[in-house]
Amino acid sequence: MKQSLGLRAGLLSLLLLGLLLGIWHLATLGSAAPAPTVAMTAEEIEYAKLLGKDPGREAGGATAGKSGFPTLAQMGGVMVKHLRSPFYDNGPNDKGIGVQLGHSLARVALGFVLAALVAIPLGFVIGMSPLIYRALDPFIQVLKPISPLAWMPLALYTIKDSHISGIFVIFICSIWPMLLNTAFGVASVRKEWLNVARTLEVRPLRKAFEVILPAAAPTILTGMRISMGIAWLVIVAAEMLVGGTGIGYFVWNEWNNLSLPNVIFAILVIGVVGMLLDLMFARLQKAVTYAD
Amino acid sequence: MPTEAEFLKVEALEKRYGDAVVFDSVNFGIALGEFVCIIGHSGCGKTTILNVLAGLESATGGHAFMDNREIAGPSLDRGVVFQGHALMPWLSVRRNIAFAVRSKWPQWGRAQVDEHVQKYVAMVGLSAAIDKKPSELSGGMKQRVGIARAFAIQPRMLLLDEPFGALDALTRGTIQDELLRICAETHQTVFMITHDVDEAILLADRILLMSNGPQARVAEIVKNTMSRDPAKGRQRATLHHDPQYYRIRNHLVDFLVARSKDLSHGRAPAQPLQVSPGLEGDPEPSPEQPAPARVLPLRHVA
Repeated sequence: MKQSLGLRAGLLSLLLLGLLLGIWHLATLGSAAPAPTVAMTAEEIEYAKLLGKDPGREAGGATAGKSGFPTLAQMGGVMVKHLRSPFYDNGPNDKGIGVQLGHSLARVALGFVLAALVAIPLGFVIGMSPLIYRALDPFIQVLKPISPLAWMPLALYTIKDSHISGIFVIFICSIWPMLLNTAFGVASVRKEWLNVARTLEVRPLRKAFEVILPAAAPTILTGMRISMGIAWLVIVAAEMLVGGTGIGYFVWNEWNNLSLPNVIFAILVIGVVGMLLDLMFARLQKAVTYAD
Repeated sequence: MPTEAEFLKVEALEKRYGDAVVFDSVNFGIALGEFVCIIGHSGCGKTTILNVLAGLESATGGHAFMDNREIAGPSLDRGVVFQGHALMPWLSVRRNIAFAVRSKWPQWGRAQVDEHVQKYVAMVGLSAAIDKKPSELSGGMKQRVGIARAFAIQPRMLLLDEPFGALDALTRGTIQDELLRICAETHQTVFMITHDVDEAILLADRILLMSNGPQARVAEIVKNTMSRDPAKGRQRATLHHDPQYYRIRNHLVDFLVARSKDLSHGRAPAQPLQVSPGLEGDPEPSPEQPAPARVLPLRHVA
């Protein structure tokens, strides 16, 4: 029964996908028919080019007609082109999608790891000490709701490097969920486990690593998963601002080129990578979760 | 059999929260190798006394000594079996016990720890489940692991906080038998909280009766007059055939039902009376009527 439910859900998903693609196809049907170039004389083509139209390119099917929205076939072509050579690098404005993704992922990874290195130990301290928790709470409450992009001007001014500023923005946005979840997880470790450690005269460091950390690990991992989700949302916006490299910059650059197929392709890639990142943390979370 | 030298000594122990006195003037002693149960109604402070002995809580007055040294904090000399097993759910049975063993003997190698763990898991009959997580075990099995963990560090004193409270009657009986056997083999000194009169009679050499709170006290110390040796009849299956059994049982039930209330608010004596129900009086006690208790004057401790 369970298997058949999965099967039916899969079928329904495919059906919905087909429906969406069908709507797309129908909506772009009119624009796909280019003017027959063969009927034009050389002067007429020149004239059309002066008017901002390119009959030759339209015949090739690279750009769309009136609406500017690509047809399914054009979209497919763009995807194949990108996926066939994802790692080429022809200068600042023409890099493969894989290279751009690599830059984004590297920034996210670096900012995220730095945030984890700060947030998890600090969260431990906050979770262990009600005094420090109370003292730091106002700061956290004020800093937490600030949009990470609001830090960008300050970061650019003080760091004076757009690349590092991007990493800083990821750092600042991933730190809060990890900090709060670590503190909460550590503070809510069951008293009986701590009492076991006390009666066994377990030293503080061993207690932290062998009792509190595994007990709080599911909560900490939840925080990391939320942080990673936010970081992946923010990197696109941050790269649009700082420019240069990355998937966010790619989207913005292709918007300036008015290449909607590339923009749509990039959007899909962002979604798929975000899903994979989340899946990875879901796996990790499952690995540290214990049944009570 | 209790010896004269008192291994654990509790003197004028008192716990108060503001003006509310939970218990005061709690005095008793436990001899080496003795099994002592404490019975009393909820709220009289039994768990607090146990926590003070464990070093997990501090009393507001009085002192507790073990082997002539004051108890000031938790120690590996005192093993605790917690009410709700308190196993770490992310560790297997083996690693839960190994955690305790490594705490006691940090210098031991992996093989030595594992050998020791296996010995104590076998002692509670769980060898087949040694690599299971606590969530895969039944309530009784979890509590067995808790007992194995406490015994594995070979404490000089074992403290049990109502260890079988959450178990069904059948499981409870089996584990009681096991505990009786293990304690007989190891001559472990035990202090145990229970609500179950039969459990106390089965396991204990002496039973401390606490009056109700507020200002609860240890009002009486009942000596279990039946032989402790399982071979001589102290077994769950045959216990109720011993005529002494009903004399003791009636005395305990009588105390809990009627007298413990009257002894609240500090009306119980500061030094508990020592009684041995059934040693004097009518030769044919009827199970329905409480047997007369012979009240002995108590020697002062220390």
